[in-house]
Amino acid sequence: MILLDRVTKTYNKDIGTVLDRVSLHVEPNEFVIIVGQSGAGKTTLMKLLTREERPTSGKIIIGGIDYDKLKDHEIPLLRRKIGVVFQDFKLLPNKTVFENVSFALEIVGMGHREIQHTIPRVLDIVNLSGKEKRMPMELSGGERQRVAIARAIARQPKILIADEPTGNLDPKHAWDVIKIIEKINQYGTTVLLTTHNQDIVNKLKRRVVTMEHGRIVSDRANAKYNA
Amino acid sequence: MKRKIITFRRIISAGAISFMRNASLAVAAVAVMVVTLTIVLFSIVTSATLNHTISQIADKINISIYLNDNVTNDQRTALIGNLRQLRQVKSVEYISKDQALAEYKAANANNKDLLQAINETGNPLPASIQVTPVDPSHISQIQSLLNHPLTQALEDPQAGTSYSGDRKAAIDKIAHATNVLKQIGIAGVILFTLVSMLIIFNTLQMAIFNRRDEITIMRLLGATTWYIRGPFVVESIIYGIVSALISVTIIDLLFVVASSTLQASSLGLLDIGYANNYFYNNFLILLTVQLLAGIVIGAVSSIIATRRYLKFKTK
Repeated sequence: MILLDRVTKTYNKDIGTVLDRVSLHVEPNEFVIIVGQSGAGKTTLMKLLTREERPTSGKIIIGGIDYDKLKDHEIPLLRRKIGVVFQDFKLLPNKTVFENVSFALEIVGMGHREIQHTIPRVLDIVNLSGKEKRMPMELSGGERQRVAIARAIARQPKILIADEPTGNLDPKHAWDVIKIIEKINQYGTTVLLTTHNQDIVNKLKRRVVTMEHGRIVSDRANAKYNA
Repeated sequence: MKRKIITFRRIISAGAISFMRNASLAVAAVAVMVVTLTIVLFSIVTSATLNHTISQIADKINISIYLNDNVTNDQRTALIGNLRQLRQVKSVEYISKDQALAEYKAANANNKDLLQAINETGNPLPASIQVTPVDPSHISQIQSLLNHPLTQALEDPQAGTSYSGDRKAAIDKIAHATNVLKQIGIAGVILFTLVSMLIIFNTLQMAIFNRRDEITIMRLLGATTWYIRGPFVVESIIYGIVSALISVTIIDLLFVVASSTLQASSLGLLDIGYANNYFYNNFLILLTVQLLAGIVIGAVSSIIATRRYLKFKTK
């Protein structure tokens, strides 16, 4: 499902090499946690996967799409196949919960009726039924992140990338979010989760990939993490 | 296909909504475009009117050759034939002594003393040949034929040949004014088109800046270039359409004021009556030209602006 082969990302001289020959293989329906200190290269890795940035060298293939052969106008189509959840939610503050999700569906050209039908279902998955008309400002951090997850999964992506989704949340809300991501994984979506929250990693008991200074230093199934 | 139509509709409505929201910014863009389009429209109407005035005066210009009473029918027919062969001649008309007298009587029907005097003296008016040139400024061939001694021998010694010389001067004056106006019009259109485009650039830059978070999110969610860009282009096209409608209204009001309040039929060389008719008779064409001009200015400047301010390339 996801294949990275010796992916390297080098910026200018001041920043230097952020990713150094990273190779990773993720099977369909796998749940992979990527851990590491700030600056280990987790976020850069995510940005390469969503094609916000290009690797300096190395190969990336996701769901059969070879990034080397991807043309600029095909990037939107790639992004529609990947659901992304960000640490800072990236919701539109002047739109309701419902509108924030429908916004993502409108982008892919989904019809009005289908949108009306889809949104209650995804809001139910993230336990936000009844809050369709709330504005993001009226929601807690955990609820906002769940709106973002609803937005990401509404288009039924094969892959969900969650970059520090619990980074801004207190432990209780963090768990709500993680449980929903687990649920989505059970429905058949490949999940790539980055975090530096030990507690979450240790309770999840999943495959853990540890990064340090832009390199993968360990990759173990059912692993623990000691930061 | 269905998705494309849905998406197209969404782009249009997003542009319309954005136009309403940016009303304060839109005012500047629309105002300058109104000036531009009004100049375009004014130039079109003015130059059409002046061209009409020129052609009207030019039609009235002719050369009258007054013949003496001894000219025979053969001589006259030969001269008319020679004139007709000239390329500079548009038409030739013969007016006999009787016709001339009838016309003269008709023109002075109210002046009984004059009519009586003419009746007593017999017909003093010479027969004449009226020559209408194709172009009043090019009559060299006609002149050289008329200056030929054989022709001069047929002419009435007192009346001779009369050119409508004063009219030619008027035509030259109007033609000159038309050219100057056209040049000013073209310069104005170019200048204000550029200013309009710059203002639209600015407006869109602000609009893009105001919506930068939304645009970033749209991109991350896989919105295509045109899904992001489209609403800005639609917004600018709406500026163009609104401006076109306003400019047509302005010119319309101008005519209403000129014809009713001022009661003026002409303004210097400008025949307002004709301009008025021209405007209303060609209203649909002029409106279309205005709308097209507005749409093109809006579309082109927004395409350039979005290309500049929305960066689509990945690093």
